[in-house]
Amino acid sequence: MPSPPSEPPRPFESEAFCLGRGETVELPFEKVALSAPNEETRLEWLEMSLLFEGVYRHYGVDFRAYSPTILLRRLRRRMEAEGVPTISALQDRVFRDPQCLGRLVDDLTINATSMFRDPSFFLAFREQVVPVLRTYPFLRVWHAGCATGEEVYSLAILLTEEGLYDRTRLYATDVNESVLRRAREGIYPLTKMREYTVNYQQAGGQRAFSDYYTARYDAALFDPQLGRHVVFARHNLVTDGGFSEFHVIFCRNVLIYFGRPLKERVVGLFYDSLARGGLLALGRRESLRFTSHESRFEPFVASERVYRKVSL
Amino acid sequence: MSGRGDGRGDGKVGGGGVELLVVGASWGGLVALQRLFRSFKRPLPYAVALVQHRGRDSGDALVEALASACVMPVVEVEDKAPLAAGQIYLAPADYHVLVGVGEFALSTDDPVSFSRPSIDVLFESAADAYGARCAGLVLTGANQDGVRGLGRIKRFGGPTLAQDPGEAESPILPGAAIASGVVDRVLALDDLAVALYGLGRA
Repeated sequence: MPSPPSEPPRPFESEAFCLGRGETVELPFEKVALSAPNEETRLEWLEMSLLFEGVYRHYGVDFRAYSPTILLRRLRRRMEAEGVPTISALQDRVFRDPQCLGRLVDDLTINATSMFRDPSFFLAFREQVVPVLRTYPFLRVWHAGCATGEEVYSLAILLTEEGLYDRTRLYATDVNESVLRRAREGIYPLTKMREYTVNYQQAGGQRAFSDYYTARYDAALFDPQLGRHVVFARHNLVTDGGFSEFHVIFCRNVLIYFGRPLKERVVGLFYDSLARGGLLALGRRESLRFTSHESRFEPFVASERVYRKVSL
Repeated sequence: MSGRGDGRGDGKVGGGGVELLVVGASWGGLVALQRLFRSFKRPLPYAVALVQHRGRDSGDALVEALASACVMPVVEVEDKAPLAAGQIYLAPADYHVLVGVGEFALSTDDPVSFSRPSIDVLFESAADAYGARCAGLVLTGANQDGVRGLGRIKRFGGPTLAQDPGEAESPILPGAAIASGVVDRVLALDDLAVALYGLGRA
């Protein structure tokens, strides 16, 4: 459960709010509320903006720059599960019951992931990115928004097979402590292994996928050796800054949950955190188009949304 | 037929006409969509967002098959892409597509009705963002994903259409929408183009 911040949050400003690094980001709710098509949706957007303002002030947890469209969908799911008819009723419960806040935070921060998600991406990584990585004596990789860690272990497997893992340090971060705990354990449902095995093979896997895990009852425990160069740590892309210089940053299907101004800021953070010629891997339908950072990167594997930092 | 009032934003069909058409199709959708698209002789005066149920590994073949049948450009949705009139936006494999204010959002949340992309997810978000300025159309399909979303469009006063289940390769989706009472007009594919051009008029 998130604890209240040590300092009181800054007063709410209607146009923008302050982030940890003294920057401001425009809040998407304002624009949305202004263009609401009817009374019902206008009221709902208002309730949503009040809820997240309140959650920020009361608990110090900040969702105000997330994508309003996706927040609304996920809120409705939480309302259904809680059996409350309105966002205002949900707000009442969230304010008075920290466990309800915990459930809401989980709904809003846990993103589904799987091993070797988009096999063609991992195949391209193996064939086109690995040759570049071989030229480095030491590799630093940041997996931003790693969720329950499936892609972290996928990458560890891939780098092991390519003989690069022993010179790699993988920093896997997420905002949600409970998913990080699960990521550290490396235990996934056995029922998923059939799908993951197919993904692994399509991604150019060279061994029997079952070599990497031990089946126990209905769970697959991944080889703890795969985690030996991984540092799992909490990091909040909304408020935290950079913490090292990386050769590769993975951030696949995370920025889709942020509003445009926050996405802008985070891509800027990635740019600043990449070494010269470093690579940024996004999800298959994400891109740097529609951001101001487009010219600061060049496509490296265009079809798989791998970009290379252009040093100006 | 839904009302044709002037009151923009009060739940009636807007004075500015439709700004977004959302289309949902499942089993048999490719053939139906190609036939529909071939009947467009000029671009529609609003944006079109389309969910065709598809496997998570389906590649570029679908967008190419649709583009080759259409006078309008057909593109797969990218995150935060703006909506433009006269364009057809296809939901990519393995993502939900949502419509925000003037731009798309993508999500990898759990499948809805076993589907990702899901028709309901697109339709409900489009109704929330565009209200009566959003029109909905369901074509052939073998499950009921889309019925709930079409209901939301109808409730906000947007025009709702369904392919005639009698000619649909799979009548379950349009049939269920009609049975739920959320469809304004039931039309054969060959009659849809005329109706769709009409939606853009004030």
